[in-house]
Amino acid sequence: MLRYLVRRLFLLVPILFGVSLLIFFWIRALPGSPAESLLGERATPALVQTYRHRYGLDKPIYVQYWSYLKTTLSGDLGVSVASRRRVVDEIKARFPATVELTLAAMVFAIALGVPLGFFAAKRHGGVFDHVSLVGSLLGISIPIFFLAIILKYIFAIRLGWLPSVGRISVTIEAKHPTNFYILDAIIERDWSTLWDVIKHLVLPAVALGSIPLAIITRITRAAVLDVQNEDYVRTARAKGLPPYTVDRRHVLRNALLPVTTVIGLQTGLLLSGAVLTETVFAYPGMGSWLRDAIFNRDYPVLQGGILFLAIVFVLVNLVVDLSYAIINPRIRYS
Amino acid sequence: MRIVSTRLAFALVAFAALVAVGTAGGASKAKTTFVIAGASDPTYLDPALVSDGESFRVTEQIFESLVSLKPGSTLIRPGLATKWGSRNGKDWTFQLRHGVRFHDGTPFNAAAVCANFNRQYNFRGAFQDASATYYWQTVFQGFKHNDSADLSPSLYRSCSTRGKFTAIIHLRRKSASFLPALVISSFAIQSPTAMKKYGANKGELRSGTFYPTGTYAFSHPTGTGPFKFKSWVLGQKAELVRNNRYWGKKPRIARVIVQPISNNTARVQALQSGEVDGADLIQPQDVPTIKKNKKLKLLNRPSFNVAYVTINSSHAPFNKLAVRQAVAYGLDRASVVKSFYAGRAIVANEFMPPNLFGWSSKVPKYPYNPDKAKSLLRSAGLSLPVKVDFWYPTNVSRPYMPNPKLNFEAFSASLEKSGFSVTAHSAPWRPDYVKHVNDGTAGDLNMIGWTGDFGDPDNFVGTFFKTYSPQFGFRNSAIFNILQKAAAETNLAKRIALYKQANIMIMKFLPAVPYAHSRPALGFQRSVNGYVPSPVGTDPFAGVYFGGQ
Repeated sequence: MLRYLVRRLFLLVPILFGVSLLIFFWIRALPGSPAESLLGERATPALVQTYRHRYGLDKPIYVQYWSYLKTTLSGDLGVSVASRRRVVDEIKARFPATVELTLAAMVFAIALGVPLGFFAAKRHGGVFDHVSLVGSLLGISIPIFFLAIILKYIFAIRLGWLPSVGRISVTIEAKHPTNFYILDAIIERDWSTLWDVIKHLVLPAVALGSIPLAIITRITRAAVLDVQNEDYVRTARAKGLPPYTVDRRHVLRNALLPVTTVIGLQTGLLLSGAVLTETVFAYPGMGSWLRDAIFNRDYPVLQGGILFLAIVFVLVNLVVDLSYAIINPRIRYS
Repeated sequence: MRIVSTRLAFALVAFAALVAVGTAGGASKAKTTFVIAGASDPTYLDPALVSDGESFRVTEQIFESLVSLKPGSTLIRPGLATKWGSRNGKDWTFQLRHGVRFHDGTPFNAAAVCANFNRQYNFRGAFQDASATYYWQTVFQGFKHNDSADLSPSLYRSCSTRGKFTAIIHLRRKSASFLPALVISSFAIQSPTAMKKYGANKGELRSGTFYPTGTYAFSHPTGTGPFKFKSWVLGQKAELVRNNRYWGKKPRIARVIVQPISNNTARVQALQSGEVDGADLIQPQDVPTIKKNKKLKLLNRPSFNVAYVTINSSHAPFNKLAVRQAVAYGLDRASVVKSFYAGRAIVANEFMPPNLFGWSSKVPKYPYNPDKAKSLLRSAGLSLPVKVDFWYPTNVSRPYMPNPKLNFEAFSASLEKSGFSVTAHSAPWRPDYVKHVNDGTAGDLNMIGWTGDFGDPDNFVGTFFKTYSPQFGFRNSAIFNILQKAAAETNLAKRIALYKQANIMIMKFLPAVPYAHSRPALGFQRSVNGYVPSPVGTDPFAGVYFGGQ
């Protein structure tokens, strides 16, 4: 297990090198540069040249890449062209927001998706199964931003039950020692802030969790259908075990293996930045930050932010792989 | 299984109820807090080192300059200086207000004024980068020791004091735009003690961008204004509290929160849901939504921009005045402004907004007249239709030009009726369009515009026409000379006369055709009173109050 872990961690090096190359050249293949973005109408040829020189964009591409690699390896991801903040500081402020949103979305998707998929399989061919199928199709096919706008319109604007923007009410004064607001509120025992943060999470989490919910429901349903016809399940029933115990110990536990893979992949994807959801809800996470960076051709932010998310994605997948061994003790890594 | 389903349903219903009840209790907001939404975070809160509107939105409340603007106008009035004047246009004497203290308790006086101007004048290295000192370089050009050959010699020479409350700023040359430029937050007076204590003069270039390394610009901005800095959470809010020791009329609101919401629709929705009390940068398409909502109201920011159609005079036959006049008569500007600005613009007849001094009502007008356009083209010896290469930008919406494509299509149709044959040419705003316009390679005609930096005509007509520019492609020494003379004239009455005359000359020569001054909109809860939008975008919040307070 340890050797496997070390080998996987070593594999990070070529992966990240490849990612850094891709990001570097992809960003430079985009039309425009920070100079034109920043200067707008004031982008006279002389000023553009001055800005290009300042950002080192007039140097040969390999010199630019080498300089980028050197500074990145030293842990310096540069300074945002737009906000003038250190990219590392922005990640520290924004990544916790995205983690909270992702976890909330996944909790919503798992808490609903697994039981829905399970009951759909148990009532295979029935009304509930058909309703869940239609629901899943809708969940996958409705664009997230559209769902987000609808949810926002109904629950924030018309009914006024939930907030429409942000991560916490701006009028609240709370301490954020870790930048994970839910955790911070619990540490500070500030229950009103905790409630406010949860309320801000509800709509974006539901919108963001709609696709994972649909996928998890369908995968759970299919896995349960497969597993419940296995010999060991039939044996367990024949032994006279109560249905609840058979379902819990034998059906659900084995069916969760493919579901875990999906959960891991979806979590990794959501952590990579929920661009549309964060934009619609003005949620200050990684997604909205990277979206703005693309518009501003903010090279340091794009390079640093995407590289960071690539590391996160790889690590999340590693954790998922390792979790197989916990869920199914028959799996061994060597 | 039924038990599990029932439990799940119960849990969901209970959660929904809790959300509803909890929100009902938590949504109330003390009416002494004013929450306004902008588009992004401030860059820093050291006004000397920023040049963007979102930073100024906050610094304008914390800091004050020697002179200020009459609310809602570009007229100069006393600020931290009660009187000012210059006998020779080079040595400007400012009589300072007595009894003013910075937020850190240190006194405001002439020494503090000189310390602030000398600070910027003595900037070296990274601080001389345009990303740090854009406005110093715009107004005063250079520094005591220019680190780059690209920088011009400084207009600023020195600052001296006479007693505690008289500061004299000495310039190297006569300057008239110097005084109106002082209202910019970049020249606000900051506490020398706080700047020293919190490392305001520490900074470096990282990845080609200026970055302050002290804490002053992030956590300790200290001015004399009606609000004091409290906190700033990146991506979420900048928070200010009332300065109870303010020398002037104290604000009625106790707290101001500026919330960055970059998505235009989300900003309007936050206003609709009551999460914010005001929202700036409302797009024309959102105006009807706000108008229809009984709880909300709209305010207009006075026009401080101009949209225009460039005519490249270096291209034949547009080097002929009659052809340029034909273009002016052939552009149906009134219809464009009426159709595509949602009632938020007026037709521009010259290159600066009407609320700026030097604007003239006597410029030649060119109302839409296709027949006159055709006869002018014929009088120039041309056979109709005359071919014209007309450019417009894509992927962009500017305050003065919300939908360039629609504007272009309407203009194109009206030009076709006026004896022209239009070849359409579009390019993405970034990076191609602006570059081509500035290089003079964006066809015979192209659509572009300008938003003013500060309330001086030199920032409008001077920017466009004071010297040769490939964009317009003309050399008219009479226009160049009068604009240069006006920029240096220190007698305000003479200066106004010069700009009025220049505007008439420009509109006779027609290097371009101005067509719109848009009025950006702001949205507010109906209970918000006392908010006066400034044409230059730096709105003071000190006068804001709720309902019948």
